[in-house]
Amino acid sequence: MTRRHLTLAFIVALAAVWSFLPDFSVTVLSYIGLYALVAAGLVMLTGVGGMTSFGQAAFVGTGAYATAWICTSPIVASALGGVAPALLPWIGLLFGIVLTFLIAWGLGAITLRLSGHYLPLCTIAWGLSFYFLFGNLEFLGGHTGVAGVPAIVVAGVSFASPRSLGLVIWGVLLLALWALHNLLDSREGRAIRALKGGRVMAESMGVDTGRYRIKVFVLAALLAALSGWLYAHLQRFINPTPFNLNIGIEYLFMAVVGGAGHLWGAVLGAALITLLKEQLQDILPSLLGSSGNFEVIVFGLLMLVVLQRFADGLWPTLARLCNRFLKPAAARAPRHALTLPEAALPPRGQIVLEAKAVTKRFGGLVANDAVSLDVKAGEIHALIGPNGAGKSTFFNMISGVDDPSEGEVRLMDRPMTGQPSRAFAALGLGRTFQHVRLLGQRRVIENVALGAHRRGQRGWIASMLRLDRAEEAALLAQARRQIERCGLGEFTEVPAGSLALGQQRVVEIARALAGQPAVLLLDEPAAGLRHLEKRALAILLGQLRAEGLGILVVEHDMEFVMNLADRITVLEFGAVIARGTPAQVQCDPKVLDAYLGGVDEPADESLAEQTA
Amino acid sequence: MDMQIALILGQDGIVNGAIYGLMALALVLVFSVTRVIFIPQGEFVAFSALSVAALQAGRVPATLWLLLVLAAAALVVELWRWKRGAAVDWASTLAWCVVLPLAACALVLLLRPESQFTQRVAAFAVIVPLGPLLYRLAYRPLADATVLTLLIVSVALHGVLVGLGLLFFGAEGSRTPAFSELRLDLGGVAITGQALVVVAVTAALVVLMFLFFERSIVGKALRATAINRVGARLMGIPTGLSGDLSFALAAAIGAVSGLLIAPITTIYYDTGFLIGLKGFVAAIVGGLASYPLALVGALIVGQLEAFSSFWASAFKEVFVFTLIIPVLWWRSLSSRHVEDEE
Repeated sequence: MTRRHLTLAFIVALAAVWSFLPDFSVTVLSYIGLYALVAAGLVMLTGVGGMTSFGQAAFVGTGAYATAWICTSPIVASALGGVAPALLPWIGLLFGIVLTFLIAWGLGAITLRLSGHYLPLCTIAWGLSFYFLFGNLEFLGGHTGVAGVPAIVVAGVSFASPRSLGLVIWGVLLLALWALHNLLDSREGRAIRALKGGRVMAESMGVDTGRYRIKVFVLAALLAALSGWLYAHLQRFINPTPFNLNIGIEYLFMAVVGGAGHLWGAVLGAALITLLKEQLQDILPSLLGSSGNFEVIVFGLLMLVVLQRFADGLWPTLARLCNRFLKPAAARAPRHALTLPEAALPPRGQIVLEAKAVTKRFGGLVANDAVSLDVKAGEIHALIGPNGAGKSTFFNMISGVDDPSEGEVRLMDRPMTGQPSRAFAALGLGRTFQHVRLLGQRRVIENVALGAHRRGQRGWIASMLRLDRAEEAALLAQARRQIERCGLGEFTEVPAGSLALGQQRVVEIARALAGQPAVLLLDEPAAGLRHLEKRALAILLGQLRAEGLGILVVEHDMEFVMNLADRITVLEFGAVIARGTPAQVQCDPKVLDAYLGGVDEPADESLAEQTA
Repeated sequence: MDMQIALILGQDGIVNGAIYGLMALALVLVFSVTRVIFIPQGEFVAFSALSVAALQAGRVPATLWLLLVLAAAALVVELWRWKRGAAVDWASTLAWCVVLPLAACALVLLLRPESQFTQRVAAFAVIVPLGPLLYRLAYRPLADATVLTLLIVSVALHGVLVGLGLLFFGAEGSRTPAFSELRLDLGGVAITGQALVVVAVTAALVVLMFLFFERSIVGKALRATAINRVGARLMGIPTGLSGDLSFALAAAIGAVSGLLIAPITTIYYDTGFLIGLKGFVAAIVGGLASYPLALVGALIVGQLEAFSSFWASAFKEVFVFTLIIPVLWWRSLSSRHVEDEE
């Protein structure tokens, strides 16, 4: 039995007992389904995308009010005079989705380019505003709300009873989970997961992080609006109370308690919190001797315990227990794979990356002073220098992480001033990081396939509907090839975080190669490698040079650099003190001074200064 | 609207803005030192106001029992950590978990304060130790977590405290007598003594905080922690202490704000949340980093609230909270490159 079988068995069992369940259980299950739909959106947002929202209840409210207004307002009735009443809920759904899309996109566009905590704060404000706004708008019934929302009728079949609509709710939920599962298991899903692993890394893989963050936020909002639409037609009456901020916070509790990184965690969390709330609302008032919203005390404490003790929620614990009895699912061989587009490398000897008199100031500190350097196709250029020489600052500027204060960076002979990292990636620049930036919990092959992100085309909808399989197979095959080429073939399927640090650096090289770069920037690739591994890395870099890549290496290991590089540039205190072949650099007196410490001259100079 | 109404509204705006300004200062302080977005800041305001009201009604405020329970829990946690071999700073632990709670007990139970002033001192003594105790119990075990996780903790803690507030104080609101019955007549506009007290105390607190951060070694250590946590630790500044201190300061500011605002408006168990959030809107004007900009933001929020309550009082909260959108938009214009978190 595999997980897929278990899921199917759960669905079949639910369908089989549905018509025999008592009414009360059907209602509770329907609500669990509605809440789980919202929580699944929060899982995508919080656990996968590394953002969060406390305003999901307000999006539920938007979906619910949209359809309630369309279905009951006399203004709408006169404007849409000829429309059959059975169609009104569908117009309401469309209206709710468009409205939610606009609001979520607007909120996201404003906050998501800022650092992470502004979105949640903004959603708190949005959640509160929604409640005060809808409670005071007379045409939406104020605090009394809207009554008389009609049931959904399709082809003469009415979904008025919770038993019939509940089936629809669970059908929608399961479809949504299937689509989200597919999305996460695709090129776009890898990009979404990369958002959490630090945005600089995702950008340098060519992912437009701002855009992806907005899209995930909008997706979560739309799921909430869909839940709101179903809610309005289940309850047939709405008022602002179920959409206020407290409920928005409860949705987040569901996602976190269940397991914010797992889609089924949303279902588990929704079920737990709903059932617990049911019980607590009976027990607490009699226990405490007064009535009120006391379950929030228990939920809050539960949440603190979960965050402190089970940071990933309860689903992983449950999944571990289940995995003892389950067989791992066999990977299915793809039917056919596409061939990915191959870009031609520039001719050998052409300058591919050029820094012209690049200066970077941080306040009064000059980190780089008019540094010029170029990398040609088919050569290895090494940048060396003592600690604090300004190598990392320079590296940031030639990879689009930061802008120079003065001077210009050109890639493929195009000016790159003000361009983001993803524009560098688009022109064929691949890079690794000094501090390894991998998604530690994801498998090596997923990490490497992220590097090939730009070589795929298929979007979110195609991924959700599994129309991307041929391309996905090609991307994974490409990733597998690069992993094997870098000598990590046996680690393809293990989590990247379980490898030794040196091996993780090599995974980063494989990830950069999967993007088929013309220029490769390597930040201390040999650090943490053992002797034989270093030799293998040197052979690999030699091969890449022979293929015509331009490679820039920042490295401290002199033996490695001197044996490998064609040209070397030496930085000290932000300025270039020497450049040339390894042999020239090795006997340059300024370089010897910088590395071994000047014996005579600097002391003389300082003496001279003191006496002057 | 005539000039007189505008001046009255402006005065209201300044008084409320002063309270939001205090909230904003506390929020910026806690965020910059501990990376915690402290949503429950407003709960200190409500707890302190309602504790005074309870004392005036001749009851023992239930916040005292909360303080004792938290102190005992924190003590147990420290003992457990000590048993497991972690280094425990017993001096600060005893101060926060034993000495200060006992002092608060003595003030409330033994002294049975009668006068306005002693009642306020007693409420202050009850509220302040809550800050570091909450920090130790809720946040410190997660000190290395992301800002996002800490924010979720804050929201959970807010839920717990609001629920407890309802349990302790019930759903009815309370108001306390004014500090001063003075009324000045300046060019036809009545200025209440209470308004002057609020503005004067706020100004004094701002000056005190400025002196604390600029002149005292402890204040400088806190600033150093805010700028670079690891660097500060390497310089021998205990980061646990900075967490305790910043939360104690936040609780003290919250308690004072509660005392100041209780005579002006009726405080309910959940009023603090809205007050705290308005402080947030103000703090966000300063990017959660700048104290002067946060104060400017607080004045804007206060004025916006006062004038919108005149024009469209049902929607005043909507106006205040949607102010966050143009502010964030303005801030996003200045950030072009991707900011990396953590």
